[in-house]
Amino acid sequence: MMYKLIVFLPLIGFLFAGLFGSKFSDRISQLVTAGLVTVSAVLSWMAFADVALGGNQYTVLVLEWVSSGALSFDWAFKIDTLTVVMLVVVNSVSALVHWYSFGYMEDDPSKPRFFGYLSLFTFAMLMLVTSDNLVQMFFGWEGVGLASYLLIGYYYKKPSANAAAIKAFVVNRVGDFGFSLGIFGAFALFGSVMFDDIFASADQYADYYINFLGTDFHAITVICILLFVGAMGKSAQLGLHTWLPDAMEGPTPVSALIHAATMVTAGVFLVARFSPVFEMSPTALAVVTIIGATTAFFAATVGLVQNDIKRVIAYSTCSQLGYMFFALGVSAYGAAIFHLFTHAFFKALLFLGSGAVIHAMHHEQDMRNYGGLAKKIPFTFAMMTIGTIALTGFPGTAGFYSKDMILEAAYASHAFGAQYAFVLGIAAAFMTSFYSWRLAHLTFFNGECRADEHTASHAHEAPWIMRLPLVILAVGALFAGVVFADMFVGEGRFAFWNGALVTSVGDVLDEAHHVPFAVKAAPFVVMLLGFIFATVMYYKVTDIPERMAKTWDGLYAFLLNKWYFDELFNFIFIRPAFWLGRVFWKKGDEATIDGFGPNGVSHAIAFVAARARKLQTGYVYHYAFAMIIGLSLAITWFMVTGSSH
Amino acid sequence: MTFLSEYLLSMMLAVPLVGAAIILLIRHQDQEIANRNIRNVAFLTTCVTFVLTILMWIGFDNSNPDFQFVESYSWFGDTVKYHLGVDGISMLFIVLTGFLMPIVIAASWESVQTRVKEYMIAFLVLETLMVGVFSALDIFLFYVFFEGGLIPMYLLIGIWGGVNRIYASFKFFLYTLLGSVLMLVAILWMVIETGTTDIPVLMTTDFAADVQNWLWLAFFASFAVKMPMWPVHTWLPDAHVQAPTGGSVILAGVLLKMGGYGFLRFSLPMFPEATEHFAWLVFALSIIAVIYTSLVALVQEDIKKLIAYSSVAHMGFVTIGIFVLNTNGIEGSIFQMLSHGVVSGALFLCVGVIYDRLHTREIGRYGGLAINMKIYAVTFVIFSMASVGLPGTSGFVGEFLVLNGAFQYDSWIAFGASFGVVLGAAYMLYLVRRVIFGDLTKDDVKAMPDLSWREKAIFAPLIAVVLWMGIYPKSFLDPIHTSVENLIETRFPEEAARQKQSVKAGAPVASSDDHSADAH
Repeated sequence: MMYKLIVFLPLIGFLFAGLFGSKFSDRISQLVTAGLVTVSAVLSWMAFADVALGGNQYTVLVLEWVSSGALSFDWAFKIDTLTVVMLVVVNSVSALVHWYSFGYMEDDPSKPRFFGYLSLFTFAMLMLVTSDNLVQMFFGWEGVGLASYLLIGYYYKKPSANAAAIKAFVVNRVGDFGFSLGIFGAFALFGSVMFDDIFASADQYADYYINFLGTDFHAITVICILLFVGAMGKSAQLGLHTWLPDAMEGPTPVSALIHAATMVTAGVFLVARFSPVFEMSPTALAVVTIIGATTAFFAATVGLVQNDIKRVIAYSTCSQLGYMFFALGVSAYGAAIFHLFTHAFFKALLFLGSGAVIHAMHHEQDMRNYGGLAKKIPFTFAMMTIGTIALTGFPGTAGFYSKDMILEAAYASHAFGAQYAFVLGIAAAFMTSFYSWRLAHLTFFNGECRADEHTASHAHEAPWIMRLPLVILAVGALFAGVVFADMFVGEGRFAFWNGALVTSVGDVLDEAHHVPFAVKAAPFVVMLLGFIFATVMYYKVTDIPERMAKTWDGLYAFLLNKWYFDELFNFIFIRPAFWLGRVFWKKGDEATIDGFGPNGVSHAIAFVAARARKLQTGYVYHYAFAMIIGLSLAITWFMVTGSSH
Repeated sequence: MTFLSEYLLSMMLAVPLVGAAIILLIRHQDQEIANRNIRNVAFLTTCVTFVLTILMWIGFDNSNPDFQFVESYSWFGDTVKYHLGVDGISMLFIVLTGFLMPIVIAASWESVQTRVKEYMIAFLVLETLMVGVFSALDIFLFYVFFEGGLIPMYLLIGIWGGVNRIYASFKFFLYTLLGSVLMLVAILWMVIETGTTDIPVLMTTDFAADVQNWLWLAFFASFAVKMPMWPVHTWLPDAHVQAPTGGSVILAGVLLKMGGYGFLRFSLPMFPEATEHFAWLVFALSIIAVIYTSLVALVQEDIKKLIAYSSVAHMGFVTIGIFVLNTNGIEGSIFQMLSHGVVSGALFLCVGVIYDRLHTREIGRYGGLAINMKIYAVTFVIFSMASVGLPGTSGFVGEFLVLNGAFQYDSWIAFGASFGVVLGAAYMLYLVRRVIFGDLTKDDVKAMPDLSWREKAIFAPLIAVVLWMGIYPKSFLDPIHTSVENLIETRFPEEAARQKQSVKAGAPVASSDDHSADAH
């Protein structure tokens, strides 16, 4: 019952806001949605105590869904430690974002719609993480996609918001293309889409082959890679990442909830959930490692030069997700989920903090128009600083425990691509520190405020309802690491995960605790270097960035334009699709099929008729009649001759 | 109750005709009052028929693979009979017909003002013919219903249609008739050869393999046009664009399903070897249809044309599902047809709503409706999502089952068809963006009022059904199971074992197995 409440309370909130939002005052809808999600959050922590700490597991059947032949799946929950960790993350951040939005969306004319969407998102995300089969997960997967689409396009009068919303949905659909093929493959191999069935029989199918697109491949590898394509879409990994920066068109609380803390981590969750199967395929794990590490590096480089405060954080998110993936790739599943957990706190903190900045600056998002805000909004400054040190991995903060663990695991691992991941991970850690401090300097120091007179003089601290969630997240960003490290990745992990993830004595996490000191120190050193570089360039000698951009103009443009992915995709996918559509329509349907088909035939007959001057009626059905007679004769003839031998 | 269950199907055929006869008799000096009475009678008649179809659904025995509610009387000669009955494959199509008809009548309440009497009569006659198609168990009777349906639809497009209605109605009529004539020849041959017109008997008759091929092709010509499959689909966009809203709803909702139903009732059970032989042709045409028409839909400027092209793409999934010859595929395709009937019907109704207000189907003339037509916007988005196949809506279940079935047959098919899933999202959301979202700048669009209570009442049941089918599809899949299993077990006993071969233990085999070679 408790689990049904956790999942369905947000749905009730959504329905209330959607159906009755216009009947009551906005405040009622806000209170109902936020209240229900808060109850869900409290219950989630109780579930955490019961399942993760108490060692219980549950399966909850809600309703039968589909049963067709051998394929059958239900609406049902699988509650284990991995699920409750996600429940806690999703509901806590969601509840805080709901309350924060009371302040942030104060002037918005359609609050019930906004809060309804937030609750809808929360519901879909909960369905995703509680699922006990692949298809319900797919429901949540597409459901969060829908909510994300609606929220990115929340300001639907803006063409850019509409474009970003469509882009997010369609790019995710490309990922889902892989995901759904993965589900079909899993059904072909395991004969079931239920997690319990699949995991129980995974090792039985270790040396099975499947015919995929005409070739026999190692079955589990194919399935894992296809599922991972889905994860790449949702978690904005290299190639399918282009929607995430554009998604910043949505209101900032949305960015914090969906595009930082929860939805984008769904891909990580998927791979972690499937860890018993991924373990069977070193090839699939190697793919995950390589893609993850490359994304971590790529996104960090782009983050170096962006000027929009939210885009910097968006690329940072993309990069941190890359970390989580290569942690999964080297079988450090606990570390990946740990980073997911801590990242939710400090990245939500950074986003909500930047929301407070944007709020203070009258919805200006370009950091070139900020500057010197530390004096004007000291509280926000303090919160953002906590977020920054946690993100960059300052010793003692949450990011320190989780990110360093990932890097150490990558170093310790012998899996293919692990060393590549370690090197790129260290490089990305340096850049993470650099762009984070660059953001801090440009916003809070770097001379006086560069905004116009009016905005600068009105810069003000956010109301308490926005500040309180920041404080709670800041506590998490500081202490989530030290409190939970032992359970997620330390000695306590066996009892904690209790079979929800693949864990074993002497695995990569054990080895990671015994890496050389230099490896343990490396992240700290590069973090410090990043801080120093950023401070010199944006605090001391502030004309360096400009001079560098001029000297390296090619590289600068390359990074500023995000490695030209959008241009490339536009050129190879979008424009050809529209071009092909037009060709098929005008040349295919109209000129060829109709031209030679009905219109052609009637024209031809009309032409002949005019020449022969025999048939002058001009009625199409006369010609058609002749046509039909002819064709009937033809097929009759064929059938008579066909049946005679 | 026994009387009812014994003559239920006949009553479904008779009630609309009785309604039509009553309408024929309605006369009043005041045209307004006459029209009001006509509408009321038509609505009431379709409601009664709908109740009858529901009674049939309730009385239907899910575990019985045979035909139920059977009625049989000799008609003319000893061979041709008036023979009716339903099984799991046909039953829900009749319910779909019964469900859509009152909605169509209600939707035409205000938009049709000329020749109301003839309009309603045409629809009621059409309903009888549609129910007849799905319940006929005599091949001759089937042909009469199947062809007869063309006439009222031809009139609906030709009389109450748009500017270019004559061209469209001829194109519709000739295209479909052309296919059907080939089918008629095949039927005649079969009847002469076997001496029976009884469909259940023919379903168990084994024709020689080469004959099966010819017969299959002749039936295919008819059903492929009806579906419609690429490349004989070009009548559909024209017919939809020109048809009045009600006509489009029935065309997309029910008439298109006759092709898929025909494949399941005739092609598969009567010509199983030819079905396996030509499956590759169907897959090729279907995948082309899915990708080709989705791309075409992307660039349409006319809302109805866009939805018409999307119908062709969705029907591509249906034909794939039918011919993969496994439980998932066939059940999925039936479910997809039912879902498409509701969803595309609803989308055409959505178009009708704004067409009634602005009298244009040009997408560019709209924009920003989310601002002044909020309830409409929500409705439109819900049906768009169902069309896109979002899980939780009816569109997902059918698509998922079909693709899963296709993957078990050959992963190439699932791979090719899945492009449609991506493109479907693209064209549908692009449409939503241009019609619903964006800023409200045009004065005439600003003046458009939101849904009236009548329109809300039309959409409410449609939304309920879309969600019901998506969340608890069991109600719809349960009646289908037994008949589909029976079809596969009796006519395609080796398929299941053969399709298992794509997964195997041990080292990879150098040459691909025979069924994948078959599929290329």
